[in-house]
Amino acid sequence: MQATSRAFKENAGAALNDPRLQRALGNLRTGFQERRRAAVAGLPEFERLRDEGRAIKDHTLANLDWYLERWEANVRAAGGHVHWCRTAAEARDAILGICRAVGARSMTKGKSMIAEEIALNGFLAEHGIEPVETDLGEYIIQLRDEPPSHIIAPAIHLTRDDVEATFREHHDELPAGRPLAEPRQLTDEARAMLRRKFLAADVGLTGANFLVAETGSSIIVTNEGNGDLTQTLPKVHIVLASLEKVVPTLEDAATILRLLARSATGQEFSSYTTISTGPRRPEDLDGPEQYHVVLLDNGRSAMLGTEFQDMLRCIRCSACLNHCPVYSAVGGHAYGWVYPGPMGAVLTPGLIGVEEAGHLPNASTFCGRCESVCPMKIPLPKMMRHWRERQVERGLAPAVARWGIGLWAFLAARPALYGLAARLGAGLLGRLGRRRGRFGSLPLAGGWTDVRDLPAPEGGTFRDRWAARRRQGGR
Amino acid sequence: MDAPASRPTCRVGLFVTCLVDFFRPTVGFAAVKLLEAAGCTVIVPPQTCCGQPAYNSGDRAAARRVARGVLDAFADVDYVVAPSGSCAGMLREHYPELFADEPEVALAAQRLAKRSWELVSFLVDVRGMTRVDARFAGTVTYHDSCSGLRELGVKEQPRTLLAGVQGLSLAELPGAEICCGFGGTFCVKYPAISDRMVTDKAEDVRATGAGTLLAGDMGCLLNIAGKLSRLGAPVAVRHVAEVLADMADGPPIGAPGRG
Repeated sequence: MQATSRAFKENAGAALNDPRLQRALGNLRTGFQERRRAAVAGLPEFERLRDEGRAIKDHTLANLDWYLERWEANVRAAGGHVHWCRTAAEARDAILGICRAVGARSMTKGKSMIAEEIALNGFLAEHGIEPVETDLGEYIIQLRDEPPSHIIAPAIHLTRDDVEATFREHHDELPAGRPLAEPRQLTDEARAMLRRKFLAADVGLTGANFLVAETGSSIIVTNEGNGDLTQTLPKVHIVLASLEKVVPTLEDAATILRLLARSATGQEFSSYTTISTGPRRPEDLDGPEQYHVVLLDNGRSAMLGTEFQDMLRCIRCSACLNHCPVYSAVGGHAYGWVYPGPMGAVLTPGLIGVEEAGHLPNASTFCGRCESVCPMKIPLPKMMRHWRERQVERGLAPAVARWGIGLWAFLAARPALYGLAARLGAGLLGRLGRRRGRFGSLPLAGGWTDVRDLPAPEGGTFRDRWAARRRQGGR
Repeated sequence: MDAPASRPTCRVGLFVTCLVDFFRPTVGFAAVKLLEAAGCTVIVPPQTCCGQPAYNSGDRAAARRVARGVLDAFADVDYVVAPSGSCAGMLREHYPELFADEPEVALAAQRLAKRSWELVSFLVDVRGMTRVDARFAGTVTYHDSCSGLRELGVKEQPRTLLAGVQGLSLAELPGAEICCGFGGTFCVKYPAISDRMVTDKAEDVRATGAGTLLAGDMGCLLNIAGKLSRLGAPVAVRHVAEVLADMADGPPIGAPGRG
């Protein structure tokens, strides 16, 4: 996916001025937040589970090579294949190779952010293989040729009206006058269209929420059952996963699953939790003939051992997006690449470079709500600050900001000089602003006064008034 | 005010904060009054700022230069108290990390961190204050500033003390825990997003019907007051310390001055 993160400000401006998008985002503020709150309130051990989940991931990341090798051995023992891929290009080639070996013409896909990361759909189409998204939200945005704007609700930027219009445009073989006003009708239509695709697909590709080292299994969670049809009907099942998805045991996966759905949708558990271990065995009634895992690094191993390692604990629940006031204001597309919101602000610079994605860790007030709801307790604001530090170290921060901070720090390290400057400034602004109490505009303060008034200072600084009071010996 | 007589007196260094120093000295005097009522001796060492603007801009070197001044200035007080969750959070949560790789300063930073408090939580949690001697006629609403709330756990303490202010009634603010969009330099680096956030906040404040908005941080207060006045909303804005110290008789933030 071509990043437009450099244009974050312009993207955000357009998003803020898009009334349809703003209406669609309105649902996010109430729905996800309230449902998560209720789910967490219903589980007294939720906080303890967060600590356990974090410990599982930290332990696994500290021994990642060992667990990945153990996992690979168990995949092979179950009759599956593992394809280690350093880059997006290697992963695309591995998938194409598997497809070509079976003469595949079409591929059904369960939800996979990694597939977005490696821009798989366009690549497959170029090579004569039709990719079909089967998650309802992904199906809708595939018709519209848009990227997802949210990790678990990829079409959250759309309203029901948008979906109806999309279906009428693309399902043009269906009667024009059919009723599509109800969500149920939209779902039924998508289901009918997809059913044919499921039955015709040569290859099914899913992501993975977990790779389990002790069994060589992959686990996905869905609410639509599309993942099960994707991975059991075709002859070949490809799991596309990044390497930090591995956990040691099924028990560990179960612990994190208790956090995942509650944090994501406020459900106690997703409707479907599916564990896949190798291809179909002779005694199995169904299942794929081939089971492949395409395991992607794409820059993640380079984050190990750095101040960004904690980011690899992320389980893609979207709680940080759902609770972020910046994400709520601008939506996911403004971030300009695959991963939006606070987790994207940390992960994206790690994967495509802070030169490309420098805006993302800056566009945060550090309000800390993301960290407070993160089931893996990832210190997201702290890591955004680390990216800002990298930008300063490499001279990437805007010159005006560097000089501004430099001048301010020069004064702030010299209390007497600072006190003089503050006295002059507060005195001047206090006199100028006394009559109205505020400024509607002020030279060099446009960033502030373009959108809100600047309250005028009272007059003298506290330090001066305190000193005067002390001199008078009273209070 | 019910200063717990049994508690030993203590020397508190008031960390005024740069925004209170510049915009709203009244808040500093309110803090002094409250601290003295809680049995503390207040001193005000020479000071400027906690260094947060540089720290959050990724300029650790500049942040350390400013922070070292704070470490020196407040080396010999029992507590450092700031009328701000944001600045207190900087001293308490971030100074140790800022100096983690400078062993000779790290110890001083850790010691300062342990002694640093946000004003209202200090009064309630450390000094055991349960009520204040103040009157305020009217309905107020309260915004929980992000750093105080999530870094320092300031939530119930201001409500506890406000409940004892005669004549005051509190109308809780829907979304009180959502950021107002100030975020230090964020508000001028991304003004369009900040505008959206503070507009939502101002509308929520207006919808409570309260005549006054209170909070514990000048950054948020300047931001929200600026937006309320831009929108023409007749809501007075004050730092919570002004009300608790019974010093809310002057003009609110952003209102015309006296004389």
